[in-house]
Amino acid sequence: MTVAVVQFGGSNCDRDAVAALSHLGADAELVWHDDGLADGAGVDTPAALDGIVLPGGFSYGDYLRAGAIAARAPILEEVQTAVDAGVPTLGVCNGAQVGAESGLIPGAFTTNASARFQCEHVHLRVERADTPWTNAYEPGAVIEVPIAHAEGRFVADDTTADRLDADGRVLFRYCEPDGAVTDAANPNGSRDNVAGVLGETDNVAVMMPHPERASLPDIGGTDGQGVLRAFA
Amino acid sequence: MTAYTATVTVSLKQGVLDPEAETTQQALERLGFELETLRSADRYEVDLDAASAAAATDRAESMAERLLANPTIHDYEVRVTERESGGAEGDETDGAGDETAGSEQATADTGGDDEATGES
Repeated sequence: MTVAVVQFGGSNCDRDAVAALSHLGADAELVWHDDGLADGAGVDTPAALDGIVLPGGFSYGDYLRAGAIAARAPILEEVQTAVDAGVPTLGVCNGAQVGAESGLIPGAFTTNASARFQCEHVHLRVERADTPWTNAYEPGAVIEVPIAHAEGRFVADDTTADRLDADGRVLFRYCEPDGAVTDAANPNGSRDNVAGVLGETDNVAVMMPHPERASLPDIGGTDGQGVLRAFA
Repeated sequence: MTAYTATVTVSLKQGVLDPEAETTQQALERLGFELETLRSADRYEVDLDAASAAAATDRAESMAERLLANPTIHDYEVRVTERESGGAEGDETDGAGDETAGSEQATADTGGDDEATGES
């Protein structure tokens, strides 16, 4: 039972992810991207992993675009192999940006409408409760988790956005505490308040908010635990 | 092979919000400037050697497609100009070689010269 948390130069939520996963009973370990996914985690093939986390941070200093350079690192080819084999794979914050840049999900995360770094608690409405990431929640449940990003505005063209909706691939939307999806509750100007998106298959998800930062009572909340239970 | 500089300009697609440009525009207006809109773009200058201007353009376009631009939000434009090869390593033989290559690319040269004139 090994969940690989991929470290790039500039990752800074990698150890938080390991701590949160360990708390939930998962055997999580850090894998330096240049060691390779299978070799770094000590398994024969990426498909043998029990999970992958692309953690938050500022990989490659956000040079070029957030996530752009990490998304072209060789380890992402192994991530794709694992994804194709059904390994649960989660991108959080910078990991979500890496996921979008590498094509794990369509669309892009770019500069917040405010043009500022935003670090605050937000509410998310669970749009799908029948995925590995959300089956710990009731459909329509509202959870409170933190965001900490400057480039979290989800952008997709009309065709892509319609297809995501039609296919039920929007996992979370920013909302009011009562679950209403409003412009006021949208912290970054994301299209249709999208905060989290599923990949082509349900074993892949990316989200800008940080479930691992809301996973222990001592750090102010446990609403994010449900997402990480996909690995436990 | 001829030395070229490929200039890749990456800009946001029409309709994609550019909060940094909006903020910059507001700052210009605070300084008293009158303007309609301000757009920002990233420009990459890539020095490369290629068999022809077309080959240099193809390679730079590939760079834009695969890394420099994100097709979800960006458009890009590539311009290629012939580049004076650096003097440091140039000896007589290399110089002669460059001249030959230059004359073979007469069409590209003309375009490049026009470009340079236009910008200076």
